Amino acid sequence: MHATRQPELHETMPHDRESPLSWTLADGVIELALHRSPCNELGSVSLEALEKFATALQKLESEAHALIIHSQIKSGFCAGADLRELYLRSKSMEQSEAAKGVRDFLERIHHVLNLIDASPLTTIAAVHGVTFGGGFELALTCDLIVADKMARFCFPELRLGLIPGFGGIPRLKRDLGNAVVRDLLLTGRSFNATKAQQIGLVSQVVGEGESLRAARATAAQLKKFDRATAAAAKRFIKPIPHEELKREIDLFCELFTRPAVEAGLRKFVESTDAQPYLP
Amino acid sequence: MPTSDQTLDEILNLAASHFKVPREKLSPDADFFKTLGIDSLQTLDLLTKLENHFRVELPDYELQGVSDFRTLASKIQARL
Repeated sequence: MHATRQPELHETMPHDRESPLSWTLADGVIELALHRSPCNELGSVSLEALEKFATALQKLESEAHALIIHSQIKSGFCAGADLRELYLRSKSMEQSEAAKGVRDFLERIHHVLNLIDASPLTTIAAVHGVTFGGGFELALTCDLIVADKMARFCFPELRLGLIPGFGGIPRLKRDLGNAVVRDLLLTGRSFNATKAQQIGLVSQVVGEGESLRAARATAAQLKKFDRATAAAAKRFIKPIPHEELKREIDLFCELFTRPAVEAGLRKFVESTDAQPYLP
Repeated sequence: MPTSDQTLDEILNLAASHFKVPREKLSPDADFFKTLGIDSLQTLDLLTKLENHFRVELPDYELQGVSDFRTLASKIQARL
């Protein structure tokens, strides 16, 4: 599979275990691997790495036809935003300063996720295990989701007094419709890959540990098609809901300043409950 | 449709096999967090495993506060 790697990539961050993520390009397929313990929580370090990746992605798009995003962490694809960092940072600041910091973070991560969403490449999220919150939102930027049968999806944000902030609501609404968003958002329940396929979210469900292999097989198939045609088809079928994405940031920031959010975050961060991930 | 006892037995077998715990160490009224030694992420794994095995959908809020195999079995049985 991996015949050669582009020299340019060695200047960035391939397989640097200190980094929360790394990427490679081989046979026209860019693979973005997430590898931050415990479950790829997205905080400031991950955001910086994602921004570097987004810059590299724009340079590499002419050499590739597909992008695969996957996790090398056993417990799952991504557990979402780094709530511990969010809580500790917010606690150390004045409320207005914390709110400004949150908006800045959201605008930066939206910029990266919008670039992935609109990339002319065909993009595939190969997911397994926990695919929650911001991790679910990252997967939603991709054109296709290939899920291991142990994958689990959830928007748990309401239990913190928040809404998903990385573009999840507009993207899920675009892809599946309002009723599905309401179910997931308002109940906060998680659901498995089979259910995700039934509602049209996941394109393929595969055996345990097989999602990356299946995503690579799909990427190999994509190579047969003319890139300009594939990119035009994608632009036609997958508009970026910019207005709703902006409104999502506004609503998130409005909710974030309420005392209930600090209490929710504190409860989550300090919880020794055996089930803190359950809504 | 399996009986409640059969469902409970299948859950115990599945949990023992998935988390590599001797089956004889698991009893119906045992606290599965303690006997399996699992954390919240692994609990989700168990939930997914059970949903796949029994072909049911079990909203996780129904499991809030559930910690023994017998109650877990009754929740699944209600959806078979």
